[in-house]
Amino acid sequence: MDVKEHFRSPVRGPRFTSVLGLVLLVGMPVLFVTGLLSYTAYNPGLGPPNDRTPDAGLLGFQLFDWPAGPSWLYWLTQSVHVIGGFVLIPVVLAKLWSVLPKLFVRPPVTSVLHALDRLSLLFLVGGTLFELATGVLNTQLAYWFPGSFYRLHYYGAWVFAAALAVHIATRFAKLRRGLRDEGGEELRAVDPSEETISRRGAVALVGAGSFALFAVTAGQAIGGPLRRTALLAPRGGADPGPEQNGFQINKPAAVRGITARDTGEGWRLSVQKADGGTVRLDHAQLRAMTQTTARLPIACVEGWSTGNQDWRGVRLTDLARLVDAGADDDMFVESLQRTGAFRAVYLRANQVRAGLLALEVNGKPLSLDHGYPARIIVPAAPGVHQTKWVTRLTLGRPA
Amino acid sequence: MRLALLLASFALTVYAGIRLLADDWFGVALWFVGAAVLHDLVLFPLYSALDRAVVRKSNYVRVPAYLSGLLLIVFFPLVFRLSPGYESASLRSADGYLFNWLGLTGALFALSALLYAVRARRSATNRRPPDPHSHPGS
Repeated sequence: MDVKEHFRSPVRGPRFTSVLGLVLLVGMPVLFVTGLLSYTAYNPGLGPPNDRTPDAGLLGFQLFDWPAGPSWLYWLTQSVHVIGGFVLIPVVLAKLWSVLPKLFVRPPVTSVLHALDRLSLLFLVGGTLFELATGVLNTQLAYWFPGSFYRLHYYGAWVFAAALAVHIATRFAKLRRGLRDEGGEELRAVDPSEETISRRGAVALVGAGSFALFAVTAGQAIGGPLRRTALLAPRGGADPGPEQNGFQINKPAAVRGITARDTGEGWRLSVQKADGGTVRLDHAQLRAMTQTTARLPIACVEGWSTGNQDWRGVRLTDLARLVDAGADDDMFVESLQRTGAFRAVYLRANQVRAGLLALEVNGKPLSLDHGYPARIIVPAAPGVHQTKWVTRLTLGRPA
Repeated sequence: MRLALLLASFALTVYAGIRLLADDWFGVALWFVGAAVLHDLVLFPLYSALDRAVVRKSNYVRVPAYLSGLLLIVFFPLVFRLSPGYESASLRSADGYLFNWLGLTGALFALSALLYAVRARRSATNRRPPDPHSHPGS
């Protein structure tokens, strides 16, 4: 018996596949573009440690300097990316279900072109599921994948994108015919079983799945009272109290080996020029400098945001001026932490101009877990660039 | 034309693929191919079998089951506390996720049962023949 005769659902047909295909036709490029924007936001052009994929070669391009505003920019692009990913999962699963009969087509290969086409599909299906799996696991801090998330997810995205481009180019005409329910005979059931759900019902069911995933995760990006609706998202639920400054922590001091002694009276902030002198400031001297306030969120690559917080501290430009830094000098920020991929990071000149070295948030000094005595806060920068427990700022590059 | 497109895409795939496979090539290849294989040859027969096994094949059972299963597939690392880094990084307990998922599952089935009851009631009311004694002049 032909394997195809096993697939008896009357829902299968060109129309169902094409409707799902249309959703992915819009959704997948959005995911790819927002993913590239997230890559850009890390300013990989400044080199390591910002560049997490230094061997990228032709794929390691940065098209433009990531802006230092508006304050919600990275929050927007990354929320669309992560929430969009969750929402497309049922659509991808349904699409795969709808074309499964084609996996068992006989003969498996009819020509060289056919074989190459099927190979491309392997990269498409593998790539899509690989990206979704690495992304979803990363948001839950389940680092089960074989390597660094940034490397796997970035290079995996290019494998996926190459296959997607071919797929769209070669199937677009079929999609248009399929929306009229034409063609696609290889999808329709040869001996359909009794209908248990209409095709429209099946589409509604996929939509319900997308809505369910949206509903249990969106609150962690939107924040405010809606955070409690994010019942399954890692950063939903309640925010901590004022002793932790009222917003959620990522990597407390203990995890990074920071103790109260490291940040006590002996702590100094070093500000230096790459080839020049150093200025060292203690807690009191920093507090004596002009303080500025800013209302800014911290938006994480994992797709959640702390929401806007009220920060207060010293302008990074004021600190840069202490060592006669130029207006176009980048700043290398170093933390007290001895572990962690982002214990040091480069800020571009535009970020230096827009950023603060925060000493207080929401009317209180930073808690130890939130980076006491000082942390970076820059508008529109990804969360890992808002360095905590800052100890040194270096302006400019060595000659 | 299609051949040119395919070859161009394979060139990009190889370029990115070399870098993707640079460290743990076996692990990455396993995940990549395994993802496709696992879904098509393991997960699909599994959810087909589950679908057939559902008693009464009623949509009032299938729909909440599908939604609950979907949420579980996506969030099982948190729900089953399989993510050891989560609690130390966030200082939050992962205990609540199993409870939330069970609660959501219960709510979905309860909502479905409610809809079923409402529809069953409505169809029963529609089917009842008009009372001959209640019409004056008939």
